[in-house]
Amino acid sequence: MAKTGIIQNNIRLMKRSGRKYWQLYLCLLPVLAYFVVFHYLPMYGVQIAFRDFNPLDGVTGSNWVGFKHFQRFFNSYYFQRLLVNTLVLSLYQLVVSFPMPILLAIMLNELNSNKFRKTMQMVTYAPHFLSVVVVVGMMTNMLSPRTGIVNHMLSSLGVEPIFFMSEPGWFRHLYVWSGVWQSTGWSSIIYIAAIAGIDSSLYEAAIVDGASRLKRIWHITLPGLLPTAIILLIMQCGSIMSIGFEKVYLMQNDMNLSTSQIISTYVYEAGLVEAQFSFAAAIDLFNSVINCVLLVIVNTISKKASETSLF
Amino acid sequence: MMNKIEKTGSDRVFDTVNLVLCSILFVLVAYPLIYVVSASFSDPFAVLQGQMKLIPVGFTLNSYAKILEHQDILIGYKNSIILVVLGTGINFILTFFGAYTLSKKDLYGRTVITMFFAFTMFFNGGMIPRYLVVKGCGLLDTVWSMIIPGAISMYNLVVMRTFFQNSIPDSLIEAAEIDGASNWQIMFRVVLPLSKSIIAVICLFYGVAHWNQYFQALLYLSTREKFPLQIFLREILLLSQVQDLVDTQGFTEQVMQGEGIKYSLIIVASVPVLMVYPFIQKHFVKGVMLGAIKG
Repeated sequence: MAKTGIIQNNIRLMKRSGRKYWQLYLCLLPVLAYFVVFHYLPMYGVQIAFRDFNPLDGVTGSNWVGFKHFQRFFNSYYFQRLLVNTLVLSLYQLVVSFPMPILLAIMLNELNSNKFRKTMQMVTYAPHFLSVVVVVGMMTNMLSPRTGIVNHMLSSLGVEPIFFMSEPGWFRHLYVWSGVWQSTGWSSIIYIAAIAGIDSSLYEAAIVDGASRLKRIWHITLPGLLPTAIILLIMQCGSIMSIGFEKVYLMQNDMNLSTSQIISTYVYEAGLVEAQFSFAAAIDLFNSVINCVLLVIVNTISKKASETSLF
Repeated sequence: MMNKIEKTGSDRVFDTVNLVLCSILFVLVAYPLIYVVSASFSDPFAVLQGQMKLIPVGFTLNSYAKILEHQDILIGYKNSIILVVLGTGINFILTFFGAYTLSKKDLYGRTVITMFFAFTMFFNGGMIPRYLVVKGCGLLDTVWSMIIPGAISMYNLVVMRTFFQNSIPDSLIEAAEIDGASNWQIMFRVVLPLSKSIIAVICLFYGVAHWNQYFQALLYLSTREKFPLQIFLREILLLSQVQDLVDTQGFTEQVMQGEGIKYSLIIVASVPVLMVYPFIQKHFVKGVMLGAIKG
């Protein structure tokens, strides 16, 4: 009885919503179509990772081969290199680029001059709007061994020219620190907003109690930022393996491949340049699975440890 | 900050250290930007020799004039402008439709549909299956291949939906309903005029993304006449560099010509975005904060 009641009630609600909002449902239709075609259809198409995809037979018509492509990838000589490069690069980036915006937000907040703070914000946000091509282009030109300003400055100090862009040892540092240059300012906005949301009576009480500036930062500002920081940390951990293809690909050249070849650039090379669709899809799927597992693990840890979580 | 009470010695030290650190940061962030601007107005020879350090040396507009002669760049510029206008228009309409519909709390199926959309923020089929879908839709090597596959950013949709939920008074919409307005009339005559700030933010997010995108062009386009600016930019700024690395014999005339325009090209390619930036900075920041409320 109760069950049919619920169903009837639902149908009633549905009819009423449909009568009231049919125009909105109509508006939603193209949006729904977009998500189905360009997000869910590719998810369905992931099955080519388990088939020998052949354009003539289509996605579902190609032969089923199970884990063949995965095995080939795990057994290949470059598997270890790709995995290590991807993990090292993204962990390095995470460790450096996660705390930077928090630091910047606190430093800006503690500045006494409003004018200087505004200028700082204006300047540090700006690089966010440059394209990756421009940023990598700036790096290549300014760091060029013969014509770049950096090497000119080094040579006036008596240092031999450094081949920044082609030296494998420099790749990771350049990647991470140029990222810091480009995005720290922009990422700090969210923390600046969080600081603005902290109850100012806490600071007043601390001042009355004679707490120094550093003490106030440590005991009031930082705890106030913690929930925001944890959510952002979880999200970043969930995308560790999907570290940006675009910039790595642009910075890659034959000379620095030993550190700059990562999983996503390899997927592009194997899949779209060499047309090994199934093989590349399998590598990509492996990558996404690791991402999901990491996201869930970090989320669970955070839930237990700090009662903050994404889901 | 609020403390205009007495400052202790340690606080003064703190202020000084903070000011010094911020100034250093300021120089580190600003220097590359200033350098590029100055280099674009300088004599290329002085730049390549390292004589130009901060202020333009041998002021000249030659390199800008050379860019105008460059056929590829003009094609790229035109294509990028088309891409931004067309793409942002489609992005905006679809995001607006989705965001407004999902902001209706009594819409049947709202939660399920929202989850269905939000799921795609965390999982996707990957590069290859998406490529096959784009190919299957017949979009390959058309300007649509750069627009339709990324027609909606779920993040922007959530930002806009949050705005509708929090900033448009329910009573206003109820009043319009009582006056007999249909949902479409409410959307376009009531909600749209009240949402100018969020529309500016969302459109600029999308617009900047379109102007800067190169990856999708790399994946889906093969005809040179259809390439956006970023692809040509990559060719000129990055791919020519490899040749330059090999050639260790002084500056030949050709290298000079090629090198000379690079910094000016960076400026030309970034100016459209940086021009709107100061006017819009305030709104942009607001948009990020809105997203933060319910990201």
